[in-house]
Amino acid sequence: MMAFWQIVRRDLLLARRQGASSLLGVAFFVIVVSLFPFAVGPDAIILASIGAGIIWVAALLATLLSLDRLFQADFEDGSLDILVLTRQPIAMLVLAKTLAHWLTTALPLIIASPLLAMFMALPVDVFATLVISLAVGTPALSLIGAVGAALTVGMRRGGVLMSLLVLPLYIPVLIFGVGAMGAAMMGQDASSALMLLGAISLFALVLAPIGAAAALRLALE
Amino acid sequence: MMAMSRLHQYANPMRFARLSKSLLPWVGALTILLLGIGLYWGLVASPADYQQKDSVRIMYIHVPAAWMTLFVYVNMAIASAVGLIWRHPLADIAAKSCAPIGAGFTLIALVTGALWGQPMWGTWWEWGDARLVSVLVMFFLYLGYMALWQAYDEPTKASRAAAILALVGVVNVPIIHFSVEWWNTLHQTASVLKIGGPSIDASMLWPLLIMALGFTAYFVVLLLWRMRAEILARRIHVLMMQKASA
Repeated sequence: MMAFWQIVRRDLLLARRQGASSLLGVAFFVIVVSLFPFAVGPDAIILASIGAGIIWVAALLATLLSLDRLFQADFEDGSLDILVLTRQPIAMLVLAKTLAHWLTTALPLIIASPLLAMFMALPVDVFATLVISLAVGTPALSLIGAVGAALTVGMRRGGVLMSLLVLPLYIPVLIFGVGAMGAAMMGQDASSALMLLGAISLFALVLAPIGAAAALRLALE
Repeated sequence: MMAMSRLHQYANPMRFARLSKSLLPWVGALTILLLGIGLYWGLVASPADYQQKDSVRIMYIHVPAAWMTLFVYVNMAIASAVGLIWRHPLADIAAKSCAPIGAGFTLIALVTGALWGQPMWGTWWEWGDARLVSVLVMFFLYLGYMALWQAYDEPTKASRAAAILALVGVVNVPIIHFSVEWWNTLHQTASVLKIGGPSIDASMLWPLLIMALGFTAYFVVLLLWRMRAEILARRIHVLMMQKASA
């Protein structure tokens, strides 16, 4: 358990030392969403009806964009080998790095999301559902993405391949995330979609570290 | 590789080559027989639908292809698991050989779905049909699997990476299918065609089942063929390496 928090701390420290670059994901998220009013026009009714979907897709892409660095830097400078040699379970290492990734990339997205909801003219009373749905759903994005990142670590064009591997697996998260928003927009109870979203996250929490660990072991051979 | 072959007697590629060679004509004949009967029954002898007229006959290709999409993926995942756990080289080859076949069936299901959708719904593509959308996602999964194989130079490493992906995928397939169904009921469009289920008449069900068996036999033929080709390709590769180093 000590080792787990040590790795989380190390990755958080690394992210902080890199300064602004860890906030690039949020910048990307905000810019992508703000492109849509230019593309579809400033009509508040249209923006509100597509807003939740666009924010979710942008969150998905922003997560994906940052994922290819999840193991890559450690793989290149050899610290991944050392981490594996410490004889800690690799699945735990994956979980620690994924948690740090979530804290540095997904959490800022969640914090920024009400601003974007405002941009997309969403009604104020669904802001809370947006934040909760992102908070419940993004762990699944990071965890499933970790498998893709581990499978493509050390590849020359790993990022493009990873999006092909991971994006189809993101579809259920997207559906239930936007489903919760749709229910909230219509004034209904969003909890069933949120619970299913949570189920996917918990499911990924159990299985994704095992898959990612197997892939990392393969990459380090 | 050699030690591996001695460990598993059925993993011996030579034995497989002999077995598959004697098996192929029989399965091939069965395929031609089943597809011949199924196609004649489905396209000529079965009654036209009272609503959809003759365009219902697309079903005899579309539905078996859509079934195969899932069937081949499950086969690929089982072969992947066997390859990953027991390091069975033939299972790796089987998993690799499944992917393009499955992608092909998926493509057939998508194209025939679009062709069927045009007269039925008036559009080539109908997001309202959950099954069609699921098949599209399956197509993406197959593409990712094949791309991962391509990305590695060494076949042993590629087979293990691809096996991990196939297993992650097969766990996700029911989740994806269920979520697409759920999404679809949220956005239900006016006239979604219901095929299958208990409403289908026996005069249509029988040719459909024969076509499904025919597709399965066809899959076995293609699989054996691809596996043989893969084994030969690897042997050529080894021989060329030997020649180059000699």
